[in-house]
Amino acid sequence: MVIAGRRRSRPASRLTHHTADLAAHRTLAAVVIVTLAFYAFAAVLIAAAAMVVLARNPVHAVLFLILTFFNAAALFLLAGAEFLAMILVIVYVGAVAVLFLFVVMMLDVNFAALREGFVRYLPIGAVVGIVLAVELLFLASVWSLSPEAPRLVAEPVPPGVDNTTALGRVLYTEYFYLFQASGVILLVAMIGAIVLTLRDRPGVKRQDVAAQSARRVQDTLALVKVTPGSGMIVVPKPAADCGDEREQAVEPMPPGRH
Amino acid sequence: MLAVGLGHYLAVAAILFTLGTVGIFLNRKNVIVVLMSVELMLLAVNLNLIAFAAHLGDLTGQIFTMFVLTVAAAEAAIGLAIIVVYFRNRGSIEVDDVRMMGG
Repeated sequence: MVIAGRRRSRPASRLTHHTADLAAHRTLAAVVIVTLAFYAFAAVLIAAAAMVVLARNPVHAVLFLILTFFNAAALFLLAGAEFLAMILVIVYVGAVAVLFLFVVMMLDVNFAALREGFVRYLPIGAVVGIVLAVELLFLASVWSLSPEAPRLVAEPVPPGVDNTTALGRVLYTEYFYLFQASGVILLVAMIGAIVLTLRDRPGVKRQDVAAQSARRVQDTLALVKVTPGSGMIVVPKPAADCGDEREQAVEPMPPGRH
Repeated sequence: MLAVGLGHYLAVAAILFTLGTVGIFLNRKNVIVVLMSVELMLLAVNLNLIAFAAHLGDLTGQIFTMFVLTVAAAEAAIGLAIIVVYFRNRGSIEVDDVRMMGG
């Protein structure tokens, strides 16, 4: 934590013994609080993630996913990544999880039928999970950081600058091309999603703005002198480019009717 | 610097990743929950990146977390669009019988 580090790095020689003691106590209290908060958030995170997997109702699963994201954002905050924590809440809870919720509620799926294979797949799922967990445990037991790692830091955190500013300074200089590439990825995703879900249903009357704008008076109106007592014959135009139904609706009256 | 130690973060991320993998196997029929499990796995990766970034004092991990978030959001959007189209065509989202492309 930033506070703890700053307190600890203050030179002790300039402090009296009493204030140094007080500062040490405060540092200890901060560490204890952060540790307790970490364990609380991590426990809720894992419980919520388990409920995402095990929930019977997919709507509940999405809601537990939202809870998972909130707790992950809290863990990000504890690690000092404030900007990414807020991004996680805004992008994931505000957009992605709500998108999931929309799709789950929009599709009229018999979710009970989808649960059928749950018990059948339980053994293989448990086996794969246990194998993966044991592998990760092995990895954690032999894992160690290289002593050269602190020397190889690519973008050290600048002191005295808040997280968002520091991230922006690196993102818009060193990783500018990757930043633009991620923008292209989002554009492709947007166009792809629109193209995939767009459909034109038959039988739906839509407004055709081009046809409306292309209408002219002489295409649709005809001045006809009608002598009294005689009928009217409107000859339909051969090349009516508007294709309006109203013109074809005017049927020429048979001459012998009157 | 991290106040709780790198190993704790890595343990939480490992458990999260395992849960995501198990979720893919358990909910093999329900594509939506499979997509959510993939999101959980990506979240575990992000947690690892952030923990290492904080432990080493390196901003690169946070930058890459942002890129992973971008790709995950795009993947969720495309995946859900595919699910919607599939549901329109087939009337169900069971992925066990996805053999339309001769698989």
